[in-house]
Amino acid sequence: MNIEQESVNLKKGTKVTKVVLIGVSLVFVLIMLVIPMLVLIVYALKDGGTKYIEAITDPYTIKALRLTIVATVTAVAINTFFGLFAAWAVSKFHFRGKQLLLTIIDIPFAVSPVIAGLIFILTFGRIGWAHDFLNAHNIKVVFAVPGVIIATIFVTFPFISREIIPVLNAQGRDEEEAAALMGASGFHIFRKITLPHMKWALLYGIVLCSARAMGEFGAVSVLSGHLRGKTNTLPLHVEIIYNEFKLSAAFAVSSILVVLAVIILILRNIVEYKAKKGGR
Amino acid sequence: MYVELKDINKTFHNYKASDHVNFGIEQGKLIGLLGPSGSGKTTILRMIAGLEQPDSGDIFINGNRVNDIPASKRGVGFVFQNYALFRYMDVFDNIAFGLEIQKKNKKEIKDRVFELIKLIGLEGLEHRYPNQLSGGQRQRVAFARALAPKPQLLLLDEPFAAIDAKVRQELRSWLKEMISRVGITSIFVTHDQDEAIEVADEIIITNQGRVEQMGSPVDIYKKPTTPFVAQFIGQSSLVNDYTSLIGFEQVEGMHQAVIRPEFIRIAKQGELKQYLSAAEEGIVAGIAFRGDNLEVKVQVKGQSFTATRSLEKESIQVGEKVNVLVYRLYAFDDSKTLLLDNKAMEDRNSVYI
Amino acid sequence: MVNKFKRTKRRRVIPGFPLSLGITLAMVSMIVLIPMASIIICASDLSLYDFVKIVMAKDVRSGYMVSFSCALIAALINCIFGVILAWVFVRYEFPGKRILDGLIELPFALPTAVAGISLTALYSDQGWIGSIFAKFGIKIAYTKVGITIAMVFIGIPFVVRAIQPVLEKFDPQYEEAAAMLGANGRKTFIKVIFPEILPAMLTGFGLALARGIGEYGSVIFIAGNIPYKTQIAPLLIMSKLEQLKYTDATAIALVMLVVSFLILLLLNIIQVHATKRTT
Repeated sequence: MNIEQESVNLKKGTKVTKVVLIGVSLVFVLIMLVIPMLVLIVYALKDGGTKYIEAITDPYTIKALRLTIVATVTAVAINTFFGLFAAWAVSKFHFRGKQLLLTIIDIPFAVSPVIAGLIFILTFGRIGWAHDFLNAHNIKVVFAVPGVIIATIFVTFPFISREIIPVLNAQGRDEEEAAALMGASGFHIFRKITLPHMKWALLYGIVLCSARAMGEFGAVSVLSGHLRGKTNTLPLHVEIIYNEFKLSAAFAVSSILVVLAVIILILRNIVEYKAKKGGR
Repeated sequence: MYVELKDINKTFHNYKASDHVNFGIEQGKLIGLLGPSGSGKTTILRMIAGLEQPDSGDIFINGNRVNDIPASKRGVGFVFQNYALFRYMDVFDNIAFGLEIQKKNKKEIKDRVFELIKLIGLEGLEHRYPNQLSGGQRQRVAFARALAPKPQLLLLDEPFAAIDAKVRQELRSWLKEMISRVGITSIFVTHDQDEAIEVADEIIITNQGRVEQMGSPVDIYKKPTTPFVAQFIGQSSLVNDYTSLIGFEQVEGMHQAVIRPEFIRIAKQGELKQYLSAAEEGIVAGIAFRGDNLEVKVQVKGQSFTATRSLEKESIQVGEKVNVLVYRLYAFDDSKTLLLDNKAMEDRNSVYI
Repeated sequence: MVNKFKRTKRRRVIPGFPLSLGITLAMVSMIVLIPMASIIICASDLSLYDFVKIVMAKDVRSGYMVSFSCALIAALINCIFGVILAWVFVRYEFPGKRILDGLIELPFALPTAVAGISLTALYSDQGWIGSIFAKFGIKIAYTKVGITIAMVFIGIPFVVRAIQPVLEKFDPQYEEAAAMLGANGRKTFIKVIFPEILPAMLTGFGLALARGIGEYGSVIFIAGNIPYKTQIAPLLIMSKLEQLKYTDATAIALVMLVVSFLILLLLNIIQVHATKRTT
């Protein structure tokens, strides 16, 4: 009887814990994540549907969206290119200084976005050592589109290599060695053996990289110079209209980014699910 | 010699993986590279394949020096320890891979692959993926994949390590039969002496980067030429002071000895009818059941020996006083071994005559 | 020597080493190393006296204080909720769990500026939550509390995602063993599970802390940027740049970089220590 009582108490105890913990989690997610999203939607539609359409079809908004897409696609393309080669070098070969290289690749994670912008100002800006060269060739980086793109690349630099490297490390190099032993070329090995292993990790990295690239604010803000219709990305455009106290317009434009973010989240979950299923 | 290694040296960081390795292998032989882990056997195999490059020394295959020939051009088939089957290709594509690289035509590839699938007895499973196969089946596919491009030499790295003990026995004889049927010169690496003795035509024993001994399994077992081999092969007991045992005299320079279980007889008190004066008194320290016999540990004059005892005989208990008759032992110094017989037994014989 | 070179060249069986490493090093140099070096070049023009003067200026000191203290508090809050959330996601089944789990990633996916204005709207005196607190005279937006909330928002996924995989891998046999030995739920958690997830939690803590210190987009809107009160360090860099005071910006950035790297170094040491202890 006593033992039974105790086990019942124990069960009751764990059940109470469970309910409390789930409750705490729900409240946290609700207050910290869900309600801010709701606020955004409500504020975006506050002034009515026509105002909303007006805000998101504003020519400056369209131009900002276009620049955001260009910067994102460029950053993803370059970082994918880098990620594939870096992952191949790091996971398939032993060499001295590998750990150092990995640490350096991760630097952009540790650096504040504002500092990321700063380093490019110091490199390409008026006091930068590359300034004379750029001037001589009539290339503008700072306060121009190339600056926005470079900042985006820097901030998202490690995203893809970071996702692939652990997967390739876990796979080992036996299969590649076996294929090389039979005389397969590097590209052939990559396409037939390595790529199938890491395709989900690669996609996952691309999704994360896109998310960060399109949302980048600090670094881009430093380098863009906020030229409306020229160097403004969507997040910068949001800031400008927000600071002009056009709240609902700012939220309306934000909603474009939220839709993109939600699409990315859904993609991310699909990719993760497929990777778990495919990864066995 | 078909494969020959001449004075091979290889160092990883501070670790000497190959230390003046020399040996030659005749065509058509099945060779077992046997040694404890870290003895450098896998390194030797990988150097022959071209997966590693020696620091110095020459490797010859079929009379050609292959040091500067890339792995893929050496005509070598390699079976990896974990098989390294391509996880995203089915059985057919795995076996066909090497042939596709060689740009063989489709029909030729298909014929060869099906020939091999038939050889390994996996008909009907050609569209399975590696994760849908059992360990033994995977090994067969790895074997077929290595053989597909018709290599002149087959190398196998611990081919049975990833397989359940139950299936291992069956696969050993299967592999031996396959290799003799294909007639390909083969070298396999193992740390399991039973495996080497059972499968190989010849065994090369490695230790700390050196080749200790090479010879037929019987030779290796019966005539170990180095102290390491004497201790490594068989369930040997090391004796630090063999002269304290009855019937063994000091041999110049040799202070230690090893005793194989079959060199010892353990007898209950009163069981021994002959040679009683040549036997030691011992105390049973432990008994373990080993399937078809008992493994008995006895303490004799402060030293521990391992022996076996038939299950048919009257049972003995731990702590029991027994007679221990040591027929013979291998005495050794730093470099050679010498088989010594129990002199006390000979003396007794002469008295009887 | 020539011979030796040849040998090392051929040692690798898998092709593509020189090409892949070459491209990797070239890109790392162009995109990360050389630009990062600019900060050192610029800082080297600075005398120690000037450096100290810039960094110890009143506004800069208060900027560091705001950034570091808020980030620290936020990271601690995230540790508590991160453990709870990870635990709930791994151990319990309930309807909507998958959605909840997916939402954790929202701060990664949502542009920081958007998060910033949403949080500001929510916690300002007229906002849904802000107005409730305003009744009791508590201001959230435009105070350090607001900054901390924004940092909790951006930091939470780091902690949850660091702990989750460790909990998933954790063998329930250990807990069962503890229960068999008579430990109750709380004791089992403190003695058996918590030490297991501690290294992961510290990793998440460090990442959240580093992110919080450097964060700009989500914080500046809710911070209100009141001098000496709610100005964060990255904002100071921004305003120095707008005033074209490049060396000042560099000096401020240098201190932040050193702190970030120290945090990451510490993390690495913890990680190495943890793997050493358990393997």
